[in-house]
Amino acid sequence: MTAATASLGPPSLARRASTALYRRPVLALALLLMPPVLWLGIVYLGSLFALLVQSFFSIDPFSGLVVHSFTLATYGELFTPANLDIIIRTTVMAAVVTLTTGAIAFPIAYYMARYASPRTKALFYLGVMLPLWSSYLVRVYAWKLILAKEGILTWLFGEAGLTWLLDGILALPVVGGPSLSVSYIGTYVVFVYIWLPYMILPIEAAVERVPISMIEASGDLGAPPGATFRRVILPLAFPGVVAGSIFTFSLTLGDYIIPGIIGASKFFIGQAVYQHQGTAGNIPLAAAFSVVPILVMAGYLSLARRLGAFDAL
Amino acid sequence: MSPPRAFVGASMTQTGPVLPAVRFASVSRDFGVVKAVDDVSFEIADGEFFAMLGPSGSGKTTCLRLVAGFDQPTAGEVFILGEPVAGVPPYERDVHTVFQDYALFPHMSVADNVAYGLIFRGVAKAERRRRAGEMLEMVKLAGRADARPSQLSGGQRQRVALARALVDHPKVLLLDEPLGALDLKLREQMQVELKAIQRQVGITFVYVTHDQQEALTMADRIAVFNEGRVEQIGTPAEIYERPASAFVAGFVGTSNILSGDAAFGLTGSPEPIAIRPEKIELLAPGASVGDDRVVVEGTVAGVDFLGALVRYAVVLPGGVELSVVEQNRLGDPAQALARQGRAVRLAWQRAHARPLKGLA
Repeated sequence: MTAATASLGPPSLARRASTALYRRPVLALALLLMPPVLWLGIVYLGSLFALLVQSFFSIDPFSGLVVHSFTLATYGELFTPANLDIIIRTTVMAAVVTLTTGAIAFPIAYYMARYASPRTKALFYLGVMLPLWSSYLVRVYAWKLILAKEGILTWLFGEAGLTWLLDGILALPVVGGPSLSVSYIGTYVVFVYIWLPYMILPIEAAVERVPISMIEASGDLGAPPGATFRRVILPLAFPGVVAGSIFTFSLTLGDYIIPGIIGASKFFIGQAVYQHQGTAGNIPLAAAFSVVPILVMAGYLSLARRLGAFDAL
Repeated sequence: MSPPRAFVGASMTQTGPVLPAVRFASVSRDFGVVKAVDDVSFEIADGEFFAMLGPSGSGKTTCLRLVAGFDQPTAGEVFILGEPVAGVPPYERDVHTVFQDYALFPHMSVADNVAYGLIFRGVAKAERRRRAGEMLEMVKLAGRADARPSQLSGGQRQRVALARALVDHPKVLLLDEPLGALDLKLREQMQVELKAIQRQVGITFVYVTHDQQEALTMADRIAVFNEGRVEQIGTPAEIYERPASAFVAGFVGTSNILSGDAAFGLTGSPEPIAIRPEKIELLAPGASVGDDRVVVEGTVAGVDFLGALVRYAVVLPGGVELSVVEQNRLGDPAQALARQGRAVRLAWQRAHARPLKGLA
């Protein structure tokens, strides 16, 4: 033992272990990463893979048992008119909900990021996050009461003398219905409400990262505010918009509770998955349905990429 | 319109009744109780290279932002080419800015960055591309038109920012410490280039800097800012040789400032005086000097070897210390260090001791 280490006395076991790890950084890294990698690799990716495998099996129409042989027949079933209807309905709803939340969230996020004082910003954060503190189910049921025929909204329209307007909206083909709580409009309103925070927060972060000097430079070079917004702020904040839209789009694609409680009792993908793996016992079809949102998201992201959404990253 | 006194130094760049490019008329800008700019009046002549020099927080950048239109004065009026610009937004001012952080748009190519301003002048796409190419040629970046700003070095980004701001020939170009982020060698090179480009395009440059060397090197005239006020305006030589205040004398170059008894002993008046270290001759005790010289005896208390220069700290009998700088023409630097502790005679021309109250 050298004089430099001798003064510390005999090293304890913990110290010896620390030194051993210090000398082998790769081992230390492996020990740190092992648990999450195992968790992600086996539990998450494993189940995803199992799902993918299941979707290539089929179900015996007579016995109701899963036939463990490779087939594309289950995917073929997705293209029956009833199932295609579900897929289109869900995707259109997700797209419309995403566009609406984006349109509502951007001004709020922009104000929070660029104009609000630190105090006001904290209040806005609280306001945006507060709904997330209560149960999602409670909020959805609250909306059922608000949108119901005997609900506060109907009453408000009546008080304002606008009953004709509500009736007009409900009389619209397809999206209308006997009352808001049993129409697609109702489903749409609640989706927009529930997912709004997931759109506001990433956009706020993205707008905040656009340097003020860049906005000033645009105006300085002759761009009126509208042009500055279109050519500088929006492109630079767009990764945040895409991040938010990934949340709202995928959450809408997979949700089965909101359309189950509020809506026209026509199936969305989430409900179809829930029903096929549960009561119907058709695991392969449920698996095939689950693959649809993954493919839609992949298509959506590659489109966003091609449109240059990530150029500013 | 009679030019204010501060403007006299620019008369050589003035030909006939040309309107000043920029005029500040009793301009103030308060941020709450802080007076960032405090009742400032001066003019910047058309086509001149004008430096606003001062320490951070002295109001020079705020003045620049008032010209750009990013900020509005709380009192007074700013004029650009004779027009009052109160309430005129930045995008309607014929003035461009080179930002300290360059503020290049990261999602656009270098050429698109340079051509950006032309979009709003209604220039067609092909013509925009051509003119951006011309500008990039001028700043020696013709080969990088399709690169992204992130692929360029700091010096190259600086040039792109300059090309972008000059592409549509603004009346005035504002530069906010544009060389601050560059290393010394590159900075010195860019100083020469900026000056050459300014001469070539003939546009009024208003250059904000805290680096007195930069201001002295490049500017036709300098305004020295301190605590929201303009301490002095003049050519680099005027500012350096005839500092109007103790602040200017200390901020632009270094000065020995003598006041009270020390000043009285030398000049017969307690008015403070400033003497540049390089104006003082270091002589052997008892060496003969001309009649026009002021002579004092002292002792070398410290010697600093600075490479090209040697700096001596000389203590006078009253305890006052003077800094004296000599060119390093010695055969052996050890000779300089050997002067430590020796008695010396200091001499300087009477005219080089500048009184600090009022302009001479």
